[in-house]
Amino acid sequence: MHKDETHQHMHGYGIYILVWLGLLTLTGVTVTVAGINLGAITIATALNIASVKSYLVLTIFMHLRIEQKVFRIFLVVALFFFIISIVLLFADYSFLENY
Amino acid sequence: MASDAIAVNGNEKEPSYLEYTGKGRGLKSWITSTDHKRIGILYLCSLLLFFAVGVVFGFLMRLELIAPGRTIMDPQTYNQIFTLHGVIMIFLFVIPGIPAVFGNFFLPILIGAKDVAFPRINLLSWYLFVSGGLLAILSITLPGGSADTGWTFYVPYSVRSGTNVTYTLFAAFMLGFSSILTGLNFVTTVHRMRAPGMSWFKMPLSIWSLYATAWVQVLATPIIGITLLLVAVERWFGVGLFDPALGGDPVLYQHLFWIYSHPAVYIMILPAMGVVSEIIPVFARRTIFGYKFIAFSSIGIALFGSLVWAHHMFTAGMSDTGQFVFSILTFLVAIPSAIKVFNWTATLYKGSIELGPPLYYALGFIFLFSIGGLTGLFQGTLAVDIQVHDTSFVVAHFHYVMFGGTGFGIFAAMHYWFPKMFARMYNQKAAKVAFWFLFVGFNTLYFPMFIMGWLGMPRRYYDYLPEFHIYHFISTIGSWILITGLIIMFTNLIRSLRKGKILTEQNIWGGETLEWRVPTPPPHENFEHIPTITEGPYEYKQNEEPQLEEVK
Amino acid sequence: MNTQEHAVGQVHRDDISSRMGMWLFLFTELMLFGGMFFLYSVYRFTNAEAFHIAAKELNTLIGCFNTAILLTSSLTMALSITALQKDKKKLSIFFQLLTIILAFGFLVNKYFEWATKFDHGIYPGSDTLLAMESGEILFFGLYYVMTGLHGLHVVIGAALIAVMTRLTAKGIINKDSFVKLESAGLYWHLVDIIWIFLFPLFYLIA
Repeated sequence: MHKDETHQHMHGYGIYILVWLGLLTLTGVTVTVAGINLGAITIATALNIASVKSYLVLTIFMHLRIEQKVFRIFLVVALFFFIISIVLLFADYSFLENY
Repeated sequence: MASDAIAVNGNEKEPSYLEYTGKGRGLKSWITSTDHKRIGILYLCSLLLFFAVGVVFGFLMRLELIAPGRTIMDPQTYNQIFTLHGVIMIFLFVIPGIPAVFGNFFLPILIGAKDVAFPRINLLSWYLFVSGGLLAILSITLPGGSADTGWTFYVPYSVRSGTNVTYTLFAAFMLGFSSILTGLNFVTTVHRMRAPGMSWFKMPLSIWSLYATAWVQVLATPIIGITLLLVAVERWFGVGLFDPALGGDPVLYQHLFWIYSHPAVYIMILPAMGVVSEIIPVFARRTIFGYKFIAFSSIGIALFGSLVWAHHMFTAGMSDTGQFVFSILTFLVAIPSAIKVFNWTATLYKGSIELGPPLYYALGFIFLFSIGGLTGLFQGTLAVDIQVHDTSFVVAHFHYVMFGGTGFGIFAAMHYWFPKMFARMYNQKAAKVAFWFLFVGFNTLYFPMFIMGWLGMPRRYYDYLPEFHIYHFISTIGSWILITGLIIMFTNLIRSLRKGKILTEQNIWGGETLEWRVPTPPPHENFEHIPTITEGPYEYKQNEEPQLEEVK
Repeated sequence: MNTQEHAVGQVHRDDISSRMGMWLFLFTELMLFGGMFFLYSVYRFTNAEAFHIAAKELNTLIGCFNTAILLTSSLTMALSITALQKDKKKLSIFFQLLTIILAFGFLVNKYFEWATKFDHGIYPGSDTLLAMESGEILFFGLYYVMTGLHGLHVVIGAALIAVMTRLTAKGIINKDSFVKLESAGLYWHLVDIIWIFLFPLFYLIA
């Protein structure tokens, strides 16, 4: 085992605080936007903002950015499974007529 | 798989895993061991006990159905017995069968590692397995009796049934977590602990199938975990989730249930396919035909198998588009399965076939799995499914796949690896006799179900019309033949543990994978030196003679 | 990729394996909540109007406040690892304790939030709830189950961090060996991510 392989380099305090500020700002944005009636795209906006926030947490707080590539591939596999399941679920529900 | 690093142990022989006891002695040295081989044996013993219980329940069901009307039990008991038969066979035998027993024992050896990545979590998964199993079985003795919902726990009945459904739900939840921990361990082990030189395409094919299975275990199992938990919460607190009286949608329960339970079918069959991929080249003395195709078809099955769940629900009130999409995906999953079958037969072609007992069971697997797989396509066809849905045709189909496929795969693995695991040889003739009893009994038991299902016999019914009597009668006779075969097979194996010929040969079948390059039985740490891999797993040399003849 | 020790008997430690195992476990957690997100998405699709009405019962302000608390706790968790990497043990312990306190604050808030609902007669099986439209019953069913399970994860996460704090104090977790703390951190951040999605889906749809 090589030392430099397991001992990844690390983030400093600064970037964490920046990300935290970003996350708080995005929370503010999502609450403000929710107050405006955007109709059908309200839910899309909320989910998009939540996704950006999760992306920040995953890459910085959870170190995915400096982690080995295989971890990022794993995450893609897991998310793919989750998303395709929802898509297929709606392949049924969005075409039901009695709702 | 030549390697300079593995030398036959000289005078200072390392203690085998059977002798090395670690901290305690006797039983304690087993139930506290984190050695993957000992955990594999623990799983084997507990699994076979559960299997025996499942077989007894199956036998009683068949006996009840030998004639119309009441024969030996009342309808309520019958409902509870088929539920337990399903729960035990699915969650306690077929799902953990190959990964937890043979995967645990051989996965680290096959990739040249000393253990799995998380040995203690491995032991924890066994404890979860045993506790879950006991909880499921012991719920019979509690007032109210065991669940009578079928192993699918469909709502709304599972929310309203007065029996101890909650215990069975929790049992399934625990067994699910046991399965997740095994999967998590295997993915990490395969990624991190392969021997130097063992690239992905030098891995034995059983590792590919265990790896694909492990991913499905990790990603799909939690969904049934939460679904069953939600049913329990609905039973306890009356939270409105699935019950239509509270606005819930029972069809959505079925969706969530099958999002796991269909991929679970591939958790069951994929490892068995891996075992067959190991056995065929060894007994045909040929390099496997189409290594990469078989490897990728394992991944393909895991992928497509996760996307076809709603074909269990074509008649449950889905939208037309939904039915259409899931029907197409169902047909797609047949392709990688067929690739495997064609490659196995192509490997046998022009091989110098040695008809050892493991090959008997492997060939039985191919034959029965093909029937099971092809009848699966009938049900994937929307129009045909309306005729056969919820009939005994479906029962026959999944028994051909799960028992004829995975069950025979487990038996094949037992006969293939038994000599390596216990350093004893069983009676090969008795093993072959047992095979023929099993094979004939199996077809006599389940083939009539295809016919009566086609004619309209519903599944899970306690009683039936006189016109179905002959099929039920033949089927019950078949169950007796099958059980005779099981008794012969297990008597032979268990007797051999004490009385079988002692083996010292490393490689009795003439295999090329790594487990045949370590002493028999494997030492505590598997390898004295971790081997360096330079060749693929099935490179047969013409001048190497198997040591099989010496054993006979 | 192959990191096995080659010499016999040497202690084997592979931090990447440990983190990989933790990530796989997080995927399991993700799909555990994923199953409930499936339920939520279908029921919201089929009962859009009722969800909209029912969500008015929820207090957006408490939701916002709890979001900020959890995000901050994620920050302190991440900072504690950096502090440890810089060999500042006391600072790391301080940040870990702060994380636990924030988790506790989250739970107190949650308690008052649930208590208010119970006061209004909205709890599973209550007459007020059963008198509502079926879509609203589903909304509150999901609300209780999803935030409840999330709350349970907060409790487990806080307990886990408490164990890590003890190990750090003892010096078992230190500058050169902190993969346990990292794994606890990963778990904590996942709890945060789940909340990032729960918050808009329950509190911001009125």
